[in-house]
Amino acid sequence: MKRYVLGKVVFAIPLLIIITFLAFGLNHLSPVEPAEAVLHAQGVPEITKELIAETREKLGMNDPFLFRYGSWLLDCLRLDFGSSYVTGLPVWSQLGPAFLNTLKLTLVSMAAIVGLSIALGVGSALREGRLLDKGIRGAAFLLTSMPPYWLATLMIWYFSVKLDLLPTSGMDAWQSYILPVAIITISYAGIYFRVIRSSMLGNLNEDYVLYARANGLLELLVTKHILRNSLQVAVSVFGMAIPVILGSTVVVENLFAWPGLGSLSVRAILSRDYPVIQAYVLILAVTFVFFNTLSDIVNAAMNPKARMDR
Amino acid sequence: MKLLSIMRRDKWAAVCFTFLSAVIAAGIFAPWFAPHPPEEVHMELRFAGASWTYWLGNDHLGRCVLSRLIYGIRPSVLWVLAALSASVAIGAFAGFAAGYFRGKTDVLLMRLCDVMLSFPGYVMTLAVIGIMGPGLEHILIAFVLMKWAWFARIIRTSVLQYSNSDYVRFSKMLGLPGVSIMIRHLLPVTLPDILVVSSSSFGSMILQISGFSFLGLGIQAPNAEWGMMLNEARSVMFSKPELMLAPGIAIVLVVSAVNFLSDSFQRMLDPRLMSSRPIRLKQGFSISTRLKEREVA
Amino acid sequence: MKDLVVSKLRIWDSRSGAALVEDSSFTVKAGKCLAIVGESGSGKSLTCRAIMRLNKAGLRQSGDIWLGDIKLTALTEKEIRRIRGTKLCLILQNGMRAFDPSSTIGSSVRETLAWHYGWSRSEMIGKMAKAMTAVKLDDYLRILNSYPHQLSGGMLQRMMIALAIVLEPEVVIADEPTTALDTVSQFEVLQQFALLRERLGCTMVFVSHDLGCVKKLADEVLIMKNGVIVEKGAASDIFHAPRHDYTRYLVTAKTSVNQHFRRLMGGDSFVFH
Repeated sequence: MKRYVLGKVVFAIPLLIIITFLAFGLNHLSPVEPAEAVLHAQGVPEITKELIAETREKLGMNDPFLFRYGSWLLDCLRLDFGSSYVTGLPVWSQLGPAFLNTLKLTLVSMAAIVGLSIALGVGSALREGRLLDKGIRGAAFLLTSMPPYWLATLMIWYFSVKLDLLPTSGMDAWQSYILPVAIITISYAGIYFRVIRSSMLGNLNEDYVLYARANGLLELLVTKHILRNSLQVAVSVFGMAIPVILGSTVVVENLFAWPGLGSLSVRAILSRDYPVIQAYVLILAVTFVFFNTLSDIVNAAMNPKARMDR
Repeated sequence: MKLLSIMRRDKWAAVCFTFLSAVIAAGIFAPWFAPHPPEEVHMELRFAGASWTYWLGNDHLGRCVLSRLIYGIRPSVLWVLAALSASVAIGAFAGFAAGYFRGKTDVLLMRLCDVMLSFPGYVMTLAVIGIMGPGLEHILIAFVLMKWAWFARIIRTSVLQYSNSDYVRFSKMLGLPGVSIMIRHLLPVTLPDILVVSSSSFGSMILQISGFSFLGLGIQAPNAEWGMMLNEARSVMFSKPELMLAPGIAIVLVVSAVNFLSDSFQRMLDPRLMSSRPIRLKQGFSISTRLKEREVA
Repeated sequence: MKDLVVSKLRIWDSRSGAALVEDSSFTVKAGKCLAIVGESGSGKSLTCRAIMRLNKAGLRQSGDIWLGDIKLTALTEKEIRRIRGTKLCLILQNGMRAFDPSSTIGSSVRETLAWHYGWSRSEMIGKMAKAMTAVKLDDYLRILNSYPHQLSGGMLQRMMIALAIVLEPEVVIADEPTTALDTVSQFEVLQQFALLRERLGCTMVFVSHDLGCVKKLADEVLIMKNGVIVEKGAASDIFHAPRHDYTRYLVTAKTSVNQHFRRLMGGDSFVFH
């Protein structure tokens, strides 16, 4: 177990280095000269060669690449991601709160997804082939084939405009959570419920279930055993889901004007605000690696087979 | 032809297949199918309802919705298919190399795949768009770059399974060159697996790419694209919600046809799924990667 | 002790309507061991599970099954559940998969015993310890605290036998209990079955396709093919004077393989009869 954890952590280190390198290199891969981009973003009317050279000097872009990478990395560790080209404010002052808002949305959605997909997965597995199973699977199939943004627009139109029940945008009250969370939950629960279902069915056909029944155990107890084994798969799956959702709330946030990372990143991309894009990529990629490593470790700890090689 | 026999046994799969073929044909031959040029503006016909000349009505610039829908097949379906094929081709190349030659090639390629799969796909796509600027071609490039590793992984597993079989070993023993063994013996048997993995990600790719266009990060005006059409319709959704319907339904139909077809491929090619016994999910890895592939929102 | 009577058992797939076991009737006299022999897919396991009413949801069964004066096929789900484990005990082929992989053996066993008898923890451990030493699982505390994957198939098989000893059923149904084992463990497990019968005096239904095992344990043999009983009779008759072609084929195939094997090994020390 110790070796396993160590291996995972050691694998994460080169990954983090590659990520930081990529994030830093973003600027240099761009077809537009960064200094020019800064001037564009600041809305300077006439961009001359001298002005570009001056900006380059000011931004320290004439120093050697590795030197700049190193000092950038050190700054990042102190959460200093530079200043936005557009607003001139420190990036973290925008990104920090946005990250928190996205995290809130993700965690609430995650709770809904876990609850819903376990309920649906267990329900449809225990009623395999019956009406309930067919109904759930059909609905899940249809909902996962719908573009989430389309569904979201239709829901806004119906619940917010026609019925005037829920706010269309922002995050002012708890009601603001309902629609965004519903959209994210619908998009993902349809997928994750399938995993739970097939894992349940796999376990239902196992010999240990037959043996437990042959020993006269109550169906409730048998189901408890099945659940316990099926949910092991679920833990690793849901562990993986947190970073995936964190990184893909973009559409929902933009639709509902949620002041999170998704809205911020799209705005930054459209205005070519490189420091913001850079920091966004960096933070999400690091979070992603962190959660991946964590869910691998948790999974190994839960699965007795992996525990064996202690 | 395995495909034909699948179609004969599964009526719904046949319907989906025919529908998708028709959509693809309509996209390729869009100029013949579309009743009007897709970018022809008629300000006097703004928001006109359905009529005999304009079957699905006109949009906010008086353009023919049906024609835009048909031309929209090109970026929304055909280009996605092209990107998928490119990604699968790279993945197959790497997967075959790793699975057949083993040893150092395998270790190197799989480590690379591990690294690629450790990145959040959606964020990386945004990063690429961030560097290169909005545009459909940038999104497609980002997709090809991000997805190949996943295909490589699955295809490698499939190749490994078959390259241990006796007839492949026998061919190796006879001294046949590796490339010809791969093409003659390995490709035909791994093709079903490749078909299943690629078809299963086709649907989610269509959704994601139209999502980017919906955000304005994809194809640029005045080109027709389904996500883009929905974006344009969104700004008038309070007064003309019916404009949301046609492109939305088009996406839902295509994606569900793709997903249905993919599911029935999987059922047919994997006999374990035919019986009530479902696939046994043994390793956490395969599921987690499979799920990573299914990012939607 | 009571006889186990199966009459006109029919099992079919409710979806396709295909019959899997057709018009199967037999009786196991109290305290005797019946072996059901046949290829895989001949309906042996289905018959066993039908006795316990444990076939999968897609399968239906008709016909009557009696255990003494209890009509098993007429019991409610709740009543049959009380019978399972206490009066009817099932022993499965693959010990490795017969226990919940994420619980310790001890907790699985405890659950069963607590449900049927409501014994205290120490009482249970005492009884299990006795039964486990009887089946040569001496290190019982360690085994009870192990997870299934930490033990061997043979040990888990004997664990199931030990549980049967504690449950003291009237009928033990063993579904290919030796198939998944290597020859040495096979031998040990077979011995344990013989001892189990001596100890409990229980009726036994023993499913196998290995005629060697059958010869060692069975009083009576039932040969099944494609869901139909093709021959039944006393074990000695079946082995020495098989009447049905299929039985003859099975017996001669077995002996010819054995003879070939013996010739190769240069003696008969390896094959037990």
